[in-house]
Amino acid sequence: MKISIFPYSAFVIPFLVGVLLLLAICTYKYIHWISQFDEAQRTIIRHNWFSWKTIPALWEMFREGLVHFRILRKNIVLGIMHQSFALGWALLIVVGAIQSNRTIACFNHEQSIEQLNTLIEQDGWYSFDKDRRYLLTKRVTYDEAGHKIHLKYHRPFYAAIFYNYFIHKEPAMFKHSKQYADLMDGILLYIFLGLTLAFAKRIWSKSVGMRRTTSHNLFDRLAKLSLWLIFPLRLLSESITASMYQNGGFLTNAIGSLFNPDISGHLEWASWLCYSLALLVFFFSMPFTRYMHIFTELLLIWFRKIGVKESEQPTGYTKFELNACSRCGVCIQGCPLDKDLNNHRIQPVYLIRGLRNHNRPAKMSIIADNCLMCERCVEDCPVGIDISAIRRMTRNKGKLDSSGNYSYLTTPKPFNAIGRVVFFGGCMSHLTPGIPEAMMRIFEAAGQKYWYMDRDRSICCGRPLRQQGFRNQADDLKKKNTEMIINSGATMLVTSCPICYRSFKDEYDLGIPVMHHTEYIDILIRKGRISVGRDSRRVSYHDPCELGRGCGIYDQPRSVLNAVTTLQKTRNQREKSICCGFNMGNTVLSIEEQTTIRNDALRNLTERPVDAIATACPMCKKAFLHSTNEYPVQDIAEIVAANLIK
Amino acid sequence: MKKTAIIGAGPAGIEAASVLAGSGVEVLLFEKSETPLSNLKDKAFLFPDFSAASDMVSELEDKLLKDNITRCFGTEIVEIKWKGTEWQLVSGKSEAWYADSVLIATGYSTFDARRKEELGYGIYKGVVTSLEMEKMIREGNIVNGHGDMPKRIAFLQCVGSRDEKSGNHYCSKVCCVTAVKQAIEVRKQLPRTDLTVFYMDLRMWGQGFEEMYRTAQEKYGIDFIRGRISEAAATFDDRVQIKTEDTLLGMPLRTTVDLLVLMVGMEASAGTRTLGASCGIGGEYGFIKTISPHLYDNDTGKPGLFAAGTCKRPLSIWDSINDGRSAAIAIKDYLDTLP
Repeated sequence: MKISIFPYSAFVIPFLVGVLLLLAICTYKYIHWISQFDEAQRTIIRHNWFSWKTIPALWEMFREGLVHFRILRKNIVLGIMHQSFALGWALLIVVGAIQSNRTIACFNHEQSIEQLNTLIEQDGWYSFDKDRRYLLTKRVTYDEAGHKIHLKYHRPFYAAIFYNYFIHKEPAMFKHSKQYADLMDGILLYIFLGLTLAFAKRIWSKSVGMRRTTSHNLFDRLAKLSLWLIFPLRLLSESITASMYQNGGFLTNAIGSLFNPDISGHLEWASWLCYSLALLVFFFSMPFTRYMHIFTELLLIWFRKIGVKESEQPTGYTKFELNACSRCGVCIQGCPLDKDLNNHRIQPVYLIRGLRNHNRPAKMSIIADNCLMCERCVEDCPVGIDISAIRRMTRNKGKLDSSGNYSYLTTPKPFNAIGRVVFFGGCMSHLTPGIPEAMMRIFEAAGQKYWYMDRDRSICCGRPLRQQGFRNQADDLKKKNTEMIINSGATMLVTSCPICYRSFKDEYDLGIPVMHHTEYIDILIRKGRISVGRDSRRVSYHDPCELGRGCGIYDQPRSVLNAVTTLQKTRNQREKSICCGFNMGNTVLSIEEQTTIRNDALRNLTERPVDAIATACPMCKKAFLHSTNEYPVQDIAEIVAANLIK
Repeated sequence: MKKTAIIGAGPAGIEAASVLAGSGVEVLLFEKSETPLSNLKDKAFLFPDFSAASDMVSELEDKLLKDNITRCFGTEIVEIKWKGTEWQLVSGKSEAWYADSVLIATGYSTFDARRKEELGYGIYKGVVTSLEMEKMIREGNIVNGHGDMPKRIAFLQCVGSRDEKSGNHYCSKVCCVTAVKQAIEVRKQLPRTDLTVFYMDLRMWGQGFEEMYRTAQEKYGIDFIRGRISEAAATFDDRVQIKTEDTLLGMPLRTTVDLLVLMVGMEASAGTRTLGASCGIGGEYGFIKTISPHLYDNDTGKPGLFAAGTCKRPLSIWDSINDGRSAAIAIKDYLDTLP
């Protein structure tokens, strides 16, 4: 009678089933999503799937998927927690595989064919070493005369996962095998450090530097429980085996020595079974819970690195983004709506979860609408999900007339502004006339001929509409503006509004340089085209969301301010800047709520003694002007214009 | 003799000082500026009877010529502290005075129109506030940014009041009728100038106000358009182009004027905010909070500490004078209970 494949080690079956299910479901999902990519994304994949971009992609997959570099840099404790699970588990698998390979190599080296023949069954392709409990397969080759010439042990792939059970008898199986055992225990200990931190995070999130953690749903919590059980069960099983055979590494051996070997003998199989069952539960739940991020994140990094981007409509790539979210809750920490308004239901983590779980569109658009689009979370997201694009797709797009009738605007004749700079103030600058006035003075001081495009009649750049999801309407505006700018024959576009700036830079294709006025003034000062004096004021600078996090313009405004005044640092500056609360991204907040956020930003700017507040966005300027604060609020252009030396 | 300290020599403070001094209380009257009634002195004429503000100034100043009123002008009180039996008043120069009771009558200041930058105040020459308009009326010299006679003048109501964005949700109460009064005064001086008032509502709450409003339309030909001005821009000849909407006709409107007058609202003055915060009686928008608007509208809830006038909320001049008088009675009652 043939013996069963798993006579003494049937406990591996749950694990094997889990692995198969996981592979099947993930493969199905990934193929399904990739088939939903749009044409542009497919073209990019076809062109770039294996190119020089692959190397940085692989590097980032390692850096972010295993080491979790971005989280580490933001919050070292949280980073270690995530890293220990990812890197620790990967190391357990890799080192386990090396360990089992070396053991098998050792067997094959030591055993003669005759010895092997006594150990294994003669018939069939499998065999089982009753004594050693090695699950081994033999491969036998015969020569032409029908004599056995080769017989080898082969290890099944799961030997690495259950190594201590299968290979336990001879501690010094191969050179340094003791060191390997210690190393494996060390890795397990490292995972336990992460487990402790994860536990601390659940009990008291401030201990790991988080104001608030994600509130998970039932499935996520069950999956998390199975994940948390895997490692203690592994330690228990290994320790029990170690207590029976007095082996194991420094940790398992020490714990094993506490157990009675006789009792251990009864418990051994059961405890390995529990370990295997925990793996089954985790693997099976993975594709349906937040743990889907483990593999999806790696694929997402690869797609992103070879140049795939979100399109305006949901695509398969969006599915990858939604599933790459680990619901770590980092996006909650900086969110002004959570911090100042105590609204902890609308952060990206919940938006993404809702979309993944196919929640009702009406419910999703409520979540999607209530966001300032300040992109503080985009800056913080360790996975780099393009949450703004996803939010735009989800927003409630009510009825909006899109007649696109802009005939009242006269398109300038070509050569109208040839060689000149186009100045686009933007709708918001019309409400802060001090800024365009200052820019006129600066242009004149620099001797720069300009065309103030939207002085009398103008249309919007389109970004506020686009932010609300009104793509077609925004495209109409874009078309008209592009026509006007290109026809003018101008050689450069300068705008005072970071919203317009980002729009012209990212969404338009004008073919001429586009600058925010802070960049432009910085160049004027550096090249000596305007000369400025210094005033004696101490000024704090507010980084506008769209200029800083949106376009990465942090240094030019600071360099200009340093040239004309004394710049004070603030606690939350640059990437960490707090939104002024009046960002056009949000249309549902009440004035009181916006004011609360504004006051938080204002506190940050006036923590240290300052004489004035500087900003570079008309919207932020208005927000701070509205407040009843005693500090003058000025745009950088106004500060420079006031300090011009004629 | 029992002693009362009054902070602020405006209509409310002076009236209270006068009444208290008349009933045998020693009064210490503090005023931040060197002279009293500085807000009132900015006015030309008073609604609804168009009496000269200067007449009221001299009448009120006469009330101060009483023996038991000590005038401490040019002294800014920055802190009031209860010392167990009496109040200690500390000035900015760290001098200290003591009194049995204190009346806060620190008044209002006007909304800084620069905070509504879209209206262009401080940027365009043709944009002035109602205070500056009042001054031009007083001096009989109503001119635009170039010093010429304006052909079109627009008045804009509710600048910094009833305005969610600037954080002042309340109505400043007196601006509606002030605009009507100013428009009539301008008409008297410049018969051929176009005058338009842009409003949200016209709240003609006082005696004679409604009649003034009717006269302004019928007799003086002043236009009233319901709508707020969303933005102002300068034209090449320094006139002011305004964008607004006639919300009764439902039509957008763009027009150019020589002078845009912003009817700035009332806010708690800096002194009101400081004292309100230092005594823990600061209420909404920085105004002083009293126990009840009905029966105890001068009592702050602290023993011997009272408030009167526009430090509590926007009030007209006559309301302030009445309030000063009622505060004087409340203080007298309180002082009588002291041993």
